[in-house]
Amino acid sequence: MDKILEVKGLSQVYGPGCDLCFTSTGPEFETNICPHCGSIVALHDLNFDLYKGEILGIMGESGSGKSTAVKCLYFDQIPYSGSALFFDETEQKRLFELNPAQRRSLRNHRFGMVYQNANLGLNFDISAGGNIAERLLMSQVMNYREIRERARELLARTEVLTERMDELPKNFSGGMQQRVQIAKALATRPPLLFLDEVTTGLDLSVQAKILDLILEIQSELNTAMIVVTHDLGVIRLLAGRTLVMKYGRVIERGLTDQILEDPQHAYTQQLVASAL
Amino acid sequence: MSNGINFAFLDEYAKREIRRSVIKAICIPGYQVPYSSREMPMGRGFGTGGLQLTLALIGVTDTVKVIDQGSDDSVNAVNLRKFIEMTCPGIATTTRLQEATLIQSRHRIPEQALRADQILVLQVPYPDALVIVEPSEDKRKVMHGEADYSRLLVKLYEDIVKFDEITISHRYPTRINDHYIIDPSPIPRYDVPKLHNSKALILFGAGREKKIYAVPPHCPAEPLAFDDVPFRIEDFTDSRGERRACKLCGSQESFLDEFIDEQGERVYQCSDSDYCEQQQELAHG
Repeated sequence: MDKILEVKGLSQVYGPGCDLCFTSTGPEFETNICPHCGSIVALHDLNFDLYKGEILGIMGESGSGKSTAVKCLYFDQIPYSGSALFFDETEQKRLFELNPAQRRSLRNHRFGMVYQNANLGLNFDISAGGNIAERLLMSQVMNYREIRERARELLARTEVLTERMDELPKNFSGGMQQRVQIAKALATRPPLLFLDEVTTGLDLSVQAKILDLILEIQSELNTAMIVVTHDLGVIRLLAGRTLVMKYGRVIERGLTDQILEDPQHAYTQQLVASAL
Repeated sequence: MSNGINFAFLDEYAKREIRRSVIKAICIPGYQVPYSSREMPMGRGFGTGGLQLTLALIGVTDTVKVIDQGSDDSVNAVNLRKFIEMTCPGIATTTRLQEATLIQSRHRIPEQALRADQILVLQVPYPDALVIVEPSEDKRKVMHGEADYSRLLVKLYEDIVKFDEITISHRYPTRINDHYIIDPSPIPRYDVPKLHNSKALILFGAGREKKIYAVPPHCPAEPLAFDDVPFRIEDFTDSRGERRACKLCGSQESFLDEFIDEQGERVYQCSDSDYCEQQQELAHG
C-alpha cells in the first residue's frame, strides 16, 4: 500500500515551554500542565503512518490533544516540534518546512477539513454554493457554469437539496451544515481529509447518515481520512486503525476491533467499558 | 518663497518620500505602497492623496489639469486647481487635456487617450479591493502577497447567482500585471479598459488610507471576470436599440451622465466636459 502521510514526533506546547515539560507531564502524572513552567503540553511525540484510502481514528477525552494533532497537520496551528511528510502525487512534502503560500496551496488543493463547528469551515455570509465555489476558485477554475455545475453535483452527492444551494448556510440545520462542509472539503477531490468531531452534537439518525456518507466517499474516491472523535461508535464504524490518546500522548494503538474487544491500557478499558 | 511656504506646499523631505514611494509603486505594479500622508490644509477625503502626488511631482514647466467627475468646473476641481496655482508659482493650468502634462482626476479617466508624456493622478478613497471581504489589513496584506483572491471572486459569483450579472458599478477590481488586484478608485466600468496598456503613467493616491499605487505605462490591467461571464462596460443603448448621444455635442462615443431637465425630461450629456467642448468646437468649425 502507498503511504500518504508520515508523522514523526509531533508535539505542541501552549505557553513558554521548558526542558522539563515533556518529562513531567502525561498519563503517568495525570496532567498535561507542566508543574515547572505552567505550559500546557497538548501533544507529545505523536507518530503514525497513514496509507491511501485508509481511515485512521484518533480517540480520547476532551483535552487529550486529538484535535490539536489535526489542527497542526491542517496548518491551523504551528506545532512546537516534530515533522510530517506528505506523499503527494509525484513528490514528498515536509509539511512544517513549507512557506505560507505552499501551505495554503496544500490546504486548498490536497487537504480537506470538516470541523465540528460548521462556522469554522463555512463562511456563513455567502451561500452554500458560494462556499464550494470559493474552493474551486482557489484552484483556478474560472468558468462560472462549470463552478455552478460542480457545486450542484457535490451538494447532490452529499444529499443537500440543490434547490437550496443559493441559500445562506446559517439557515440550514446542523446536519445540513455538516453536509455542506463535507461537500466543500471534497470540492477539489483531496486525497487526504481531516474530520474533527463531525457528528458531535447531531441527532442519531443524522449522525448515521453522515457516517454512511463518509464511508461511501472513502470507497468511491479512495480518500485517506483522519477521524478525530470521542465517540466509540464513530470509531467502530469508520476507522480501521485507532490511536487512543490521553494527556497529549498515545497510550494505545492498533486495529480498531482489537482495541475495542481487547483493550490493554487501563484508560482504554475504562473507556470501552463505560460506553458498552 | 516670500510668504514662507515652500514651492508646491510640501517640504522637500515630504516630496522626496512620496517620489520614492511612487518609484516603488511603479516597480511593483498594483502594490499598495504605504507612505506618511501629510496633513494638508483640507480634510482627508477631499483628494489629499492625489494632491500630494501632484505636488510631489510638479515642476515649474508643468501644465496641470484638475478634473472632478469629468468636469473642470465643479467645486473639488476648482478648489484643488486654485490651491495648486497658489502654492506653485510659475506653473500653468489648463482645462484642455492635450495641453496638460500632469492631470489630477477624481472618479474619471479622460475620454481621449493619454500620451506617454502625460501623468494621470487619481484620487482614491479606498485603496484595497479586498476590504469588502476581509476587514483586517494584516490578513489582506498576506492575501495580496499570495495572490489569494478567491474570496473576491466568490463575491462576483454571488452577484451572478443573485442578479445574473456582476453588479459592481465603480471601483471594479482589476488585476495588474497578472498579480496584484487593485481598487482602481471610483471610476466607472467604462474607464477600466483604459488602464490596460495605457501610454501614460497612472498613479493612485489615497491620503486618508496612506497608500500609493501605480499602473505603469504599457502594463496589462485585467478586470476580474469569469471565462464565460466576461467583463462589460456600461450600456448606453436606448429602448430603440440606438446608442444615446450627448445633448450638447452629439457624441455617441462618450461616457454619459443622466440628468432630469427643467421639463422633467431625461437628458444625457458627456461626463467629460473638456471632451464635450472640443467636440462642439469641431462641429462649429
